[in-house]
Amino acid sequence: MDEQFPDSGPIMGGNTPEFSVSEISGAIRRTLEGTFGRIRVRGEITEFKRYPSGHLYFSLKDEGGKLSSVVWRGTVSRLGLKPENGLEVIATGKISAYGERSSYQMVIDRLEYAGEGALLARIERLRLRLAAEGLFDAGRKRALPFLPRVIGVVTSAQGAVLHDIRTTIARRFPLPVLVWPVPVQGEGAAERIAHAIAGFDAVDGRGSVPRPDVLIVARGGGSLEDLMAFNDEVVLRAVAACHIPLISAVGHETDTTLIDFVSDCRAPTPTAAAEMAVPVRMELEAGLTQREARLRSGLARSLQLARARLDRAAASLPDLPAVVEGARRRLDDRSYRLDLALPTHMRHLRASLRSASDRLPAPQMILALRRADLARVDTACLQAMTAYINRREATLGSLRVPPAVLVSQLRACASRLAGEGGRLASLSPQAVLERGYVLVTDRKGKPLSQAAQARRAAQVVLTFADGKVAARPLPSGEAAQQILDL
Amino acid sequence: MTDDLTNLSFEDALAELEAIVRQLEVGQLRLEDAITSYERGAALRQYCQKKLDEAEARVQAIVQRADGTLEAKPMD
Repeated sequence: MDEQFPDSGPIMGGNTPEFSVSEISGAIRRTLEGTFGRIRVRGEITEFKRYPSGHLYFSLKDEGGKLSSVVWRGTVSRLGLKPENGLEVIATGKISAYGERSSYQMVIDRLEYAGEGALLARIERLRLRLAAEGLFDAGRKRALPFLPRVIGVVTSAQGAVLHDIRTTIARRFPLPVLVWPVPVQGEGAAERIAHAIAGFDAVDGRGSVPRPDVLIVARGGGSLEDLMAFNDEVVLRAVAACHIPLISAVGHETDTTLIDFVSDCRAPTPTAAAEMAVPVRMELEAGLTQREARLRSGLARSLQLARARLDRAAASLPDLPAVVEGARRRLDDRSYRLDLALPTHMRHLRASLRSASDRLPAPQMILALRRADLARVDTACLQAMTAYINRREATLGSLRVPPAVLVSQLRACASRLAGEGGRLASLSPQAVLERGYVLVTDRKGKPLSQAAQARRAAQVVLTFADGKVAARPLPSGEAAQQILDL
Repeated sequence: MTDDLTNLSFEDALAELEAIVRQLEVGQLRLEDAITSYERGAALRQYCQKKLDEAEARVQAIVQRADGTLEAKPMD
């Protein structure tokens, strides 16, 4: 370009056509729109912006390029999906240039998911995110009421789904059904569905509208894209926030949408959802009848058992009159025997006394016996004495000495005596005196055998064979002198 | 006796009835209790029956008024 249009352009002007800016930009716009007409472009949404005016601005990009795009407010509702960043789409529209800004853009009137894979990937991303938040936790699931009073249904007012639900409920158990009609696909469907769910949850039942105690959110079968409202985060969050137990029944049995993860109960079809919501009245009535019968027979059985126990107890109750009679008879018996006992005892004692007194001996008899004993002892004693004396006498008799022996003994004794007498006579002091000796004694006859004794005595007696002479000893000097004198 | 039943759900009433039936069938109750239980059971049965008889197929559609309040209108 630089070569073709150098700085010296005006000088080299010549045959090069000249356009005004508006001419050229208009020409470019016409060229672009004419060349491409209506086109489909595949790319990933990026730089998404929703303007207050209602227009949507974003770019489509792929590895090599970027295309500015716009969705005018009027076509947003017919767009077919809700654009968001990262979404792989096929956009339908036309290329248009915006001359004032020297830019071109694609004006989109329809968006489709770029193939099922892209759609599923998006669903999977959302599923993982919500699962991580715990929105699908089993602990969050509410139990369905066994017998609801009012059933709320969020679905399309037209179509077979509502019909199926109504006929199923009418067949099983006719109950009031509240329908909150919603579009089930297309732009805004998700918001309307979410609004209906929240709306039912907000009903407090005080007004003319009763509060449902179970909700059915249903839609018939369709393509994956048709069911996308039920994969929408707005709907999923509304279901999670709902306080009323909720049954989801979206698409056919093989279709699984994210609402099935977050709902309290997943039904394969709308009919199945209605079956889950209400029991079969006939069965309940039959069950009730059966229970009533069991109730009756149960009570009858209880009564029967009680009666049987009463009978048994009554049968084993003792016969009171018989008991009293028996006691009375025993009492009579004892008192009769009591009356008899004392006299019998007395009689018995008396008999014992009598027999004892019979055996008692008479005093005469005792004396006689004692006397006899005494006599016996006396006699024995006498005999023993006599025998003793006799024995002694016999002994004495055997001890007598003969007279001859005695005489000889006497003679021997006499001779001895004579001999001894002679010796005695020879030894007599008389004999000595006869031979001339004198015996000196004191007056008392006590012999004085020493001179000293005689000198001290005042008087001595001199005994001679033929008599006695009294003498008085001289004093000791005189005597000696006299002797000498002599 | 039915006064304290009105707050009972059908399911709870049925469960209680079933419990009473089983108790009575075992026959271990004292006679007085058995009779009381039976009376309670009969009341529960009647209540359940009433609940079942209330069945009414009425289908209404929710219509949101301009002020945001709700209204239920009969559907065809």
